[in-house]
Amino acid sequence: MNSSSGKGSMSTASSSAAWKAGDAVPEQFPAGLRVLVVDDDQTCLMILEKMLRTCLYEVTKCNRAEIALSMLRENKNGFDIVISDVHMPDMDGFKLLEHIGLEMDLPVIMMSADDGKHVVMKGVTHGACDYLIKPVRMEALKNIWQHVVRKWKDEWKDFEQSGSVEEGDRQQKQSEDADYSSSANEGNWKSSKKRKDDEDEAEERDDTSTLKKPRVVWSVELHQQFVAAVNQLGIDKAVPKKILELMNVPGLTRENVASHLQKYRLYLKRLSGVSQHQSNPNNSFISPEEAAFGPLSSLNGLDLQTLAATGQLPAQSLATLQAAGLGRSTAKSSIPMPLVDQRNIFSFENPKLRFGEGQQQHMNNNKQINLFHGIPTTMEPKQLASLHHTAQSIGNINMQVTSHGAQSFQNNSLLMPMAQPQSRGQVLNNSTVGHAPTLPSSMGQPILSNGVAVNVSPRNGIPENIRAPGYNPVSQTSSILNFPMNTASELPGNSFTLGSTPGISGLTSKGAFQEDVNSEMKGLGEFLSSYDTFNDLNQHKPQNWEIQYVGMTYDASQHSNSLQDNLDLMQSVLVQQGFSSGQVNGQNRSAAVVRKAMFSAGDSTEHVNAQNVNQHLNSLVENTIRVKSERVADASAANLFPNHFGQEDLMSALLKQQEGILPAENEFDFDGYSMDDIQE
Amino acid sequence: MERNPMRRQLAVMRQSLFDQGYLDEQFVQLEELQDDANPNFVEEVVTLYYRDSARLILNVEQALERKPFDFNKLDGYMHQFKGSSSSIGAKKVKAESTLFREYCKSGNGEGCMRTFQQLKKEYATLRKKLEAYFQLARQAGPMETACHPK
Repeated sequence: MNSSSGKGSMSTASSSAAWKAGDAVPEQFPAGLRVLVVDDDQTCLMILEKMLRTCLYEVTKCNRAEIALSMLRENKNGFDIVISDVHMPDMDGFKLLEHIGLEMDLPVIMMSADDGKHVVMKGVTHGACDYLIKPVRMEALKNIWQHVVRKWKDEWKDFEQSGSVEEGDRQQKQSEDADYSSSANEGNWKSSKKRKDDEDEAEERDDTSTLKKPRVVWSVELHQQFVAAVNQLGIDKAVPKKILELMNVPGLTRENVASHLQKYRLYLKRLSGVSQHQSNPNNSFISPEEAAFGPLSSLNGLDLQTLAATGQLPAQSLATLQAAGLGRSTAKSSIPMPLVDQRNIFSFENPKLRFGEGQQQHMNNNKQINLFHGIPTTMEPKQLASLHHTAQSIGNINMQVTSHGAQSFQNNSLLMPMAQPQSRGQVLNNSTVGHAPTLPSSMGQPILSNGVAVNVSPRNGIPENIRAPGYNPVSQTSSILNFPMNTASELPGNSFTLGSTPGISGLTSKGAFQEDVNSEMKGLGEFLSSYDTFNDLNQHKPQNWEIQYVGMTYDASQHSNSLQDNLDLMQSVLVQQGFSSGQVNGQNRSAAVVRKAMFSAGDSTEHVNAQNVNQHLNSLVENTIRVKSERVADASAANLFPNHFGQEDLMSALLKQQEGILPAENEFDFDGYSMDDIQE
Repeated sequence: MERNPMRRQLAVMRQSLFDQGYLDEQFVQLEELQDDANPNFVEEVVTLYYRDSARLILNVEQALERKPFDFNKLDGYMHQFKGSSSSIGAKKVKAESTLFREYCKSGNGEGCMRTFQQLKKEYATLRKKLEAYFQLARQAGPMETACHPK
């Protein structure tokens, strides 16, 4: 529907488009809803088909998952919702779920005769929007349209917000690429933000607002108020509660402020770090990513620009980023965030895309993400590469995050292009206060974006951008990345610095990172798979994400080897949060990887992240996470978000760096990595 | 109450299937799906069920002949079977398959074999009864969907 942005407003073809345009559900809705039913049991298939037809839905039945997937791929806008059985001979239902989530971002309902709690939980964590127990009754099917509407609303919202603003921003960004002074970025960021804000307000819809928690759009004015409050309190003393009080903005929650604050801190840190690392490879590292984020930046409002401004992002990166943001599947952009759960990454991007690109970008992102698609769940060498990529991206994202704080959203996009692990790493370290070590966190953030969207920048409250459902998964992934990084023991600071490449790249350089990467890759792969589910979840819990993620990241640091633990942590955290635990599961693996990556990648940031993470983790999970410092929480949150994206990028970046080192090794070897390093 | 004696007979037969626990509420769901466009929907579904599940029964038979038992595999088959059976409302068959799965989970081979024999019996009995029912239904001529308190 967005002719202006060129993005398909609704992935759900005409019906959704019509729906969106009209701002009201069509009269005959939900009649005509296009449902794809997948079940190897012919009897059930026949019954379901008849039931759905009776509900006046348009039914297509399929008894093979592979066929269903190809049907969906051929006709991405041909279906509104998918119902799939869990146990199928040719492909596991959850796998199909992940694929769909990553590639098409359609709501998926799982069903099974199995009503065991763990299976249902798996559905939730993998991102299924509902779980039906067989035998399915008509009543249960009558209301499946709600899941479609929900997704539409989310998309619409994202689209609305990011739509026109994006475009304008994008152009601006590009011109501003070279001009990365913070003020310039600020301006861009502000303007884009402002635009988005206006859009948001203009498009305010009752239904959406009532259904969803409204995302806080950090407009220029709002941010100015925020900055004023922070300055008044003193950056060190500025706590969300006080800032909130000073700002005195109705409807603004402490959480919004907290996440925004985190982003802001990251941003500041990055600025200061950037100046130190001007000549760092990081810069170059960042650049591509940032470049790629360019367009994305517009999405986020500033990240790219800021990053670019800080010199962290070479123009090239920026271009890449922008391209990525725009939906062009730049090589970089297509960061294989497989680990993270492609879907998530995608989601992460989507939100961003929404900003400017709308559906198209989303699609593009998908493409990029899809790259990984083939990777999910199994770490293969390819994945490893993806990891790198992811790592890189994560790095990018992280960078992004730091620079903008509020850009969590952008970060994701940034992460993608991370082609230069090194620069990334550094940048990550420097800038991403939150990013760093927490590559995973970034990853995690993206994840949040899915459901959380809002949380994308968990800390920063950037979430708004992140809205994309897929986002959440991303976050998750990032967390995973972070974890691995941490586990590398040196984590945050160390791992990264090992290789001298901060951030993810750092990891790779470390060599240890390699392992991490490997593991991360693996984890990411798995993560990615779980990511899909996550995406679905994203819709729901942005806030939780943050915390969860943090927990996860922290975990990673805790156990160098216990990726699993971390993952578990993540899971638990996520689960606690209400996130799709399913994703967590899948992510666990990737999380572990991510963690490693994250940790190794971000030396300084890692610390920060680790700390943040630690804090959260501790609070969230009763893990033995060490809470290193107070601030970490914020940082990690920020990182978390971008990580999602960045992780993949980071990973890839890292991987690239490690070239030759990583190769097909999927073994993650956290041994020897002590979390101690993470501590500042 | 059906005025047509055949229909009355049909209704009685149907009710006894429910009363004796052969069928459950899910069967009613199928009946509700039957309409003018698909006047023999229920029969078609049941026919499809028996055709499909025959394969599963055979798989289980063969698996039970290989010692030691592969409980995972057995459980997998039974899971599928249970899903199918429950979707047509085959109550007793479903109960037996649930029991079979319990034995699989606890690794009780004897229990599995015993239960499977019982399951096959119920499966065959239901088939006969439904076949008779559908035959009568066809003879009774087109009738409205069974009325039952909602």
